[in-house]
Amino acid sequence: MSYGPAPWVQRHWDLRAAANFVFGGIGSGVIVFASLAGARGTPAALALVAGLALVGAGLFSVWLEIGRPFRAIRVFTNPRTSWMSREAYVAIALAAMALVAAWMHRAEAPAATVAGALAALVALAFVYCQGRMLNAAKGIPAWRSPATAGLIVTTSLAEGAGAWWLVAAAHAQGTRGALALLGVLLVARLLAWLAYRRTIAGAPRAAAALAPAGWALAVAGTLAPLVLLAVAATMSVEAWVLGLSAAAGALALAGGAWFKIALILRGAYNQGFAVPHMPVRGART
Amino acid sequence: MTRWAMIADLRRCVGCQTCTAACKHANATPPGVQWRRVLDVEVGDYPDVKRAFVPVGCQHCDDPPCMHVCPTTATRKRADGIVTIDYDLCIGCAYCAVACPYQARYKTERATFAYGAPAAHETKRHDPDRIAVATKCTFCVERIDAGLAAGMTPGVDPEATPACVNACIAQALTFGDLDDPASNVSTLLEGNRHFRMHSELGTGPGFYYLWDGAGPDGGVPALRKLVEQAMELA
Repeated sequence: MSYGPAPWVQRHWDLRAAANFVFGGIGSGVIVFASLAGARGTPAALALVAGLALVGAGLFSVWLEIGRPFRAIRVFTNPRTSWMSREAYVAIALAAMALVAAWMHRAEAPAATVAGALAALVALAFVYCQGRMLNAAKGIPAWRSPATAGLIVTTSLAEGAGAWWLVAAAHAQGTRGALALLGVLLVARLLAWLAYRRTIAGAPRAAAALAPAGWALAVAGTLAPLVLLAVAATMSVEAWVLGLSAAAGALALAGGAWFKIALILRGAYNQGFAVPHMPVRGART
Repeated sequence: MTRWAMIADLRRCVGCQTCTAACKHANATPPGVQWRRVLDVEVGDYPDVKRAFVPVGCQHCDDPPCMHVCPTTATRKRADGIVTIDYDLCIGCAYCAVACPYQARYKTERATFAYGAPAAHETKRHDPDRIAVATKCTFCVERIDAGLAAGMTPGVDPEATPACVNACIAQALTFGDLDDPASNVSTLLEGNRHFRMHSELGTGPGFYYLWDGAGPDGGVPALRKLVEQAMELA
C-alpha cells in the first residue's frame, strides 16, 4: 500500500464544534450524575437547569459555526439516517424533560426522582448521539472507530460527575456513595480510552496527536483524582472531604474536556489518499 | 438502469492539470476550491522511486457517507448514481465534509476572487447560493441532463460529458454508463486491472482507476493473442 499526499487535520470543525461536545458532555453528565447520586430538592433542580444550560451553550456554540445559521431549523429534517438530526431531536426532549424534572424537584413533588431519572436517560441518549455523530464521520479515522461512542459517553459521565463534585460544597449533597461513583466512572473512562486507543493504532498520525491528551486523561484526569478520592475517603473532617473531592472533580472535568478538544482539533486527521497499485505504463490496449 | 461512473487511467495521466482548469472554468469555483484535483504521488526511495498522477474528487459513491450524515437531506443520490447537493437546503454544518473519505467537499465562508476584487467574469459567474454551504464535483450534471434531453450520450458526445473528461489531453479520463456492458467504461474495466480508492470503507465509489492491462502479468491481451496466433501459424 502506498499513499499519496499525507493526511492532514480537518479544518471544517473548529473550537466551536468542539465546545458542543465539551459543554454537551458536561451538561448531560451532570444531569445523569445528579440522578445517580440521588440528588433531590433545590440542588437537583439546579443541577438539571445548569446541565441543560451547558447543553444549550454547546448547541449555541455549534450554531455559531454553521455557514447558514438562519436555516438551522432544517437540522431536524433527516433523523432517519443523520445522528446530527437525532441529536437535535433528543436535545428538544432533554430540554422538556429536564425542565419538568427541575420544576418537580423544586416543588418537592413525589415523582420528582422518577422525572429526574427519565431526564437522565434522555441526557444519556444525547451523549450517545454525540458519540455516534463522530463515529459516522467516515472521513476521519480517529472518529469512525467503533469505540468512539463508548469513549464519548464515559467521558461525558465522568465530566458530569466531576462537575457535580466540583460544586459539592455548594449543594451539600455529596454522599460517600456518590464519591465512589465518581471513582467508578473515572475507571470506566480510562478503560474506554485504552480500548479506543487500540482501535486507532492503524491511524498512526491520529494516535500520535492524541497521545499527549490521552496521557493527560490517564494521569491528571484519572489517576490523580482517584488518589484524591482515596485520601478523601479516609478523612473524617467534612471540609477536607469536600475540598479533596472538588479538586478530584476539577481534574476529572478538565481531563475529559481537554481530551475532547484534542479529539476534535488535533487527532482529526482525514483519510488521505491511497494508491494501492502504481500504474504499469505502456500496457494499455 | 444507468450508473454514471468515471475512470482515470493512471498510465495515461500526465498531471497537466488541464482537467482541473476545465473544471474551474466550467463550474466557476472560487480560488482554493478544486472539485477536480490531480495529485502528484511519489513513492519509494531513490533509486527505486515511482510516480503517478492521480485525479481525485467526489467519487459519487454507491453508499455515500456524506448523504447519510447530512441532517437536512441537502445531499442526495440520484437513481443514476450522481450525488448532488441542494444549496438551498444545506445549512453549512460541514458534517458531510468530515464524513467524506475522499476530501472532496468544500465550504467557502465568504466570496473570494483570484485577485482580490472580482474580475468581470467572476462578477458575472459568482453564485451567492454557494457561499457558506458544502460544494463538490457534480459530474457536470447539468451537461449530462441537458445532453440526455437532447438525445445525446454522456461520455460519447462532448456536449453531454463532464468538462474534465472533455479537456483531458491524454484521454486518461473516461465517463460513461457502468450498467451498460457495451459502454466505454464497462469495456475499459473489463480489459484492464483497476481499483477503487478506499474500497475497504465500503462506500462503493463510482470512480475507478486503471493501473495495468488485463491478464495475470498485465501486458496487452489482444496483442499477445495475435502474437500467439501468429506463432501457431508459423
